[in-house]
Amino acid sequence: MIHKYSLNGYNIVLDVHSGGVSVVDDAAYALLDYLDAPMQEKCPEEILDKLSERFGRDELESAYAELYGMYQDGILFSEDDYEQFADKMVSSPVKAMCLHIAHDCNLRCKYCFASTGDFGHGRKLMDFETGKRAIDFLIEHSGTRRNLELDFFGGEPLMNYEVVKQVVAYARSIEKQHNKNFRFTITTNGVQLTEDKFEFLNKEMSNVVLSIDGRKEVNDRMRPNAGGKGSYDTILPHFQKFVESRGQDQYYVRGTFTRYNLDFAEDVLDLNAKGFDQISVEPVVTDSKYDYALREEDLPKVFAEYERLAKELIRRKKEGKGFNFFHFMIDLDQGPCAIKRLRGCGCGNEYVAVTPDGDIYPCHQFVGMEDWKMGNLYDGTFDLKRKEYFAHANIYGKEECGKCWAKFYCSGGCNANNLQYAGDVLKPYRLACEMEKKRLECAIMIKAAMADTDSE
Amino acid sequence: MTNSKHVKTLNNANLKCSAAKGGCGECQASCQSACKTSCTVANQKCEHEEK
Repeated sequence: MIHKYSLNGYNIVLDVHSGGVSVVDDAAYALLDYLDAPMQEKCPEEILDKLSERFGRDELESAYAELYGMYQDGILFSEDDYEQFADKMVSSPVKAMCLHIAHDCNLRCKYCFASTGDFGHGRKLMDFETGKRAIDFLIEHSGTRRNLELDFFGGEPLMNYEVVKQVVAYARSIEKQHNKNFRFTITTNGVQLTEDKFEFLNKEMSNVVLSIDGRKEVNDRMRPNAGGKGSYDTILPHFQKFVESRGQDQYYVRGTFTRYNLDFAEDVLDLNAKGFDQISVEPVVTDSKYDYALREEDLPKVFAEYERLAKELIRRKKEGKGFNFFHFMIDLDQGPCAIKRLRGCGCGNEYVAVTPDGDIYPCHQFVGMEDWKMGNLYDGTFDLKRKEYFAHANIYGKEECGKCWAKFYCSGGCNANNLQYAGDVLKPYRLACEMEKKRLECAIMIKAAMADTDSE
Repeated sequence: MTNSKHVKTLNNANLKCSAAKGGCGECQASCQSACKTSCTVANQKCEHEEK
């Protein structure tokens, strides 16, 4: 299977199952319309005839010879022989946890999937005992996995900062004896991100996700405080100081774009202008009944905006002023192995979420959906049957994903989104798929453009 | 990266080799990175010890 597309003057060919990415000229690109495996050594006459008005015979034959060389090298029309690894896609140890340390929040973001912090179940902070049990649970269920991840999430985790510190201290006190290495991360809205917390967070958090939507008017429209006042003027200086103290490393400013700011590239660029180099701005996931929900008809505009952002990023990179946009970051050589890529997001299998009451859910997006609860830290329950179900929510468990060219890059999308919008964990949510594919096309094109610069 | 007249290949296309030795599971859970609502794995690091 191949995926080919033209973008920003580059004809790009992705050979899906080998991961090979090539830039080809117009003759080779045109030939690919007529080719598939198995390829013959010589270009069939009828194909040469079909393209004879556009290209000379010699040109077509030499382009074909190069394509045939790729085919022989296994980077064109390579076979899908990944089924043999199906046994690696079964139930795995739990290695990552989203710890809902606070089901309360000091902002009232309009698009919040957590019902402004409480997940529809009342405002509550996690106590240390529950956090401690969560650490014990993770260690107990992690098998031989050494690296364990724990994200402090909410609500707003800094509203329960003392317990965050206690949980970290507890995990650190026992990680060595269990041969584990905890990696903590935190996702915060920045309201209480004051300087007195920087030292601890910089020491203990391997990554921090800082929520801000971009331009002031865009942020304040969707991210007001409980009194209805925009949060921008409070959070921006907190984030700027914090990132400076961190040395511009291991963080993301993370925004959400909605139908209200389909010109979201401006928000990405504005965040960069405010001093941030690690930026993620993502499409809102919400019920289509809301005005700000993205719609099918918005896709052309969203696509154009991703392209505009990609071109601007190339221009800046060439000037030595580039920055990282999370969804355009792609490693074509040393990225994750194919097994990881096929396994899916890992929710409910390698990854779980724990609430202040000690309830266990497949991930943070499932929290509050009673039907999907997997267990509880206090009664010792953990639904292994459901875990097994999620283990099979991999690429080959999702019919449409198995046929998709983007499967090794998106890993099957978000299972919770699938459930919420397509009605089934195993059925991909089309709107998200289309945007993901566009981002990948842009990401690969950026690589082509930069390789072009390198060879100049 | 290979360069010919009609085709320029940008990478080593080693996905299949990666599968043979892959699946150790020590890398980051993809959703934990910076998204929490979407899923992209291609930007993550491999943490296989024998690599």
